Amino acid sequence: MAETFLTELCERVRDAAAHGKALRIRGGGTKDFYGAAGRGGEILETTGGSGIVAYEPKELVLTVRAGTPLAEVERALAAERQMLPFEPPHFAPSPPAAAASAATIGGIVACGLSGPRRPYAGAVRDFVLGTRIVNGKGEALAFGGRVIKNVAGYDVSRLMAGALGTLGVITEISFKVLPRPPEEATLAFPLGQGEAIERANRWAGQPLPLSASAWEDGVLRVRLSGAPAAIAAARAKMGGEEDPGGPAYWTALREQRLAFFAGEAPLWRLALPQTAPPLFAGHAQLVEWGGGVRWIRGPADAFALRTEAERAGGHATLFRGGDKSVGVFHPLAPALMKIHRRLKAAFDPAGILNPGRMYDF
Amino acid sequence: MNALATEPALRARTLAALREVRPPLAIVADDEGLKPFETDAFIAHRETPMLAVLPESEAQVREIVNACRRLGVPVVTRGSGTGISGGAIPRSDGVLLVMTKMNRILGIDAAARMAWVEPGVRNLRVSEAAAPSGLFYAPDPSSQSVCSIGGNVAENSGGVHCLKYGLTTHNLLAVRAIEADGDLLEAGSLALDAPGYDLMALICGSEGNLAVITRVAVRLLPLPEATQTLLAAFPSVRRAAEAVGEIIGAGIVPAALEMMDRVVIEACERFMAMGFPAGAEALLLAEVDGCTEEALGDAAGVRSILERCGATEVRMAADAAERERLWKSRKGAFTALANILPDFYTIDGTIPRRCLPDILDRVYELAAEYGLMVGNVFHAGDGNIHPCIFYDANKPGDLERAEELGGRILEACVEAGGTITGEHGVGIEKLRQMCVQFLPAEIEAFHAVKAAFDPDSILNPGKAVPTLRRCTEWRGMRVRAGEIPRPDIPRF
Repeated sequence: MAETFLTELCERVRDAAAHGKALRIRGGGTKDFYGAAGRGGEILETTGGSGIVAYEPKELVLTVRAGTPLAEVERALAAERQMLPFEPPHFAPSPPAAAASAATIGGIVACGLSGPRRPYAGAVRDFVLGTRIVNGKGEALAFGGRVIKNVAGYDVSRLMAGALGTLGVITEISFKVLPRPPEEATLAFPLGQGEAIERANRWAGQPLPLSASAWEDGVLRVRLSGAPAAIAAARAKMGGEEDPGGPAYWTALREQRLAFFAGEAPLWRLALPQTAPPLFAGHAQLVEWGGGVRWIRGPADAFALRTEAERAGGHATLFRGGDKSVGVFHPLAPALMKIHRRLKAAFDPAGILNPGRMYDF
Repeated sequence: MNALATEPALRARTLAALREVRPPLAIVADDEGLKPFETDAFIAHRETPMLAVLPESEAQVREIVNACRRLGVPVVTRGSGTGISGGAIPRSDGVLLVMTKMNRILGIDAAARMAWVEPGVRNLRVSEAAAPSGLFYAPDPSSQSVCSIGGNVAENSGGVHCLKYGLTTHNLLAVRAIEADGDLLEAGSLALDAPGYDLMALICGSEGNLAVITRVAVRLLPLPEATQTLLAAFPSVRRAAEAVGEIIGAGIVPAALEMMDRVVIEACERFMAMGFPAGAEALLLAEVDGCTEEALGDAAGVRSILERCGATEVRMAADAAERERLWKSRKGAFTALANILPDFYTIDGTIPRRCLPDILDRVYELAAEYGLMVGNVFHAGDGNIHPCIFYDANKPGDLERAEELGGRILEACVEAGGTITGEHGVGIEKLRQMCVQFLPAEIEAFHAVKAAFDPDSILNPGKAVPTLRRCTEWRGMRVRAGEIPRPDIPRF
């Protein structure tokens, strides 16, 4: 079944390449909103290649076909008290619960999206051990592997994380997974934005079991994960009030269901060095990732945001809504863009895989 | 290019071009001066570079790369020369770009937990410089007191603490590099991600093939509050391997999980008299760290698992001095082994951890077939094995047999679902095994990646990725017998 799907996928890509027909790669469609508008094309469904290929909890390694629902992966891991450490977002349209979301694991990797645990545990790319892809020539290729240490060949498997399907259709991924922490607690601190950023960074420089942080509306929330004794010791050092609504808060933050994210106003994601001071004055903000991400709602001057983000050492993404014609992703320096174009041409010479979904190629 | 006919003229032209570099550049052009650069730490392979240059700035690197590209002269970049797969072995028709003079720590930002360093900075110096701020740089290859950060990035180096802290690629924020066309490439970002493709992932581990690294932003981590170290003796490798699985299955991710087999145990015993129980077939060294409560709890958990899994003896370090003593068996293994036979060749395969006992049986079987002794020290937590093959460099044919045995072991790793290199890189050593691990279309994709960065193939050509022709026509590598270069560098 999986073999047939792969064979047909390769044929379909080869055929599209031969006729110069663009393909729009799609899993569950939960990230359709993400990325540049693209130049359309026939939809190439990835959900036909689904299922867990191998999962060895004692190896901390999971191999899964790209079309597998994220919810299914999370259930399998939870049964062994393990997790995807980068805490990926489903972005399933509400009301359906995350457990029933259509989000696929391949979509998560292609979009390179990580959740609240990212600054403390690592990003999706950090946990990718290997990928199987079908490149733009319709060839099925495997990079990396199912082992934790592997430096044979260029790290093409990690390159697929966040490439938005523009270099290949991901068909299978191997992840390093981690044990789920036995306990979590959320602390809340009433603080201004500047103080909250300063505090989050100070704590991150200490051996504390941090696993998430967010600031909005004058409150800094911090999540602790680990052994009960470790959490108790950290609480004693950090102070603050326990927020009983913690678990629901972090899920709502990850899924962008907090009130801050409601409505149709454009959502900008400013990725900055975590220690950058409060910026973008005059915009409603939510600060995540220990200061590393500042979300901004409402109409904004793309050029001004980008200039300010770049000056601070970061970059700006028009994450949701707004006018995509201003460019969704931060413009690349010419030296970088040159390499991007050549990589695209190498993996997808006919330019048929998700054309225009990232930049103009 | 007809290299043979034009060599002296090309050398003169190259020398003249490099003398034009401003500010003036340290150039090594005499045979005596070039001698130390003939090899890295890869066994028994040497080549004298046409010229060696030691830049002190990014601007000089750019001019060197530009000059070499214009003249069609290959550039091989070298850090401290501790690589053991031959990635920095020079070419007789190329310039060796030695980065050791670019060795400044440009700044440590303690609040942001990061440091900008030049590529020639030694690995251990970063952690030493960060320690007063309560921070450290996690990747710790065995050669960390000598090896350079630039070399670590080029090789995506690991170390003994990868299971918990990751490889070099997990501990970088940004890399600045000079591309083959002289452009400055800035990959990664001081933010937690960067727009576009993850070019830093490609550069890390590219073995000097994609760009010349001139500056690295490394991520620093808070020093753990407490560290607990345990050493357990087992009556069989299988039992020890089971214990590793049980520890991880119990939800504990140790900072280090190292194993040594009987050959190594006996060597350590003879050399250091550690007093291990007679008949121990495997030693397992486990280290857990974190905040005090966590480290203590995990250590207690590890101890009870070790005992339940049949350890004949478990030692737990009560303080830092005892911890040092327990690590002595692991860190001193290199010296102890060198006492058995001075010449040995270290292999670097990775396998799914559950295959450990079987792969070791296979290693012993193959060793018997070749009539060579093999000792095993390895990162058991990662499934990264380092069989050490002993041979006598003075015995004709011994080295060739050792290398062939090494190749067979790596092929067995691939068969077991693993890889031919966990952390040492391909270099020139494992080109042949690359053809075993990858399909022609995958090898082609690697060449395409190389061409995207370096269309004229100026940077370290011929390393890391075999040509397809070579894969088809392989007849075995010709290697000259000789001494192990840099015998002082720990290799695993």
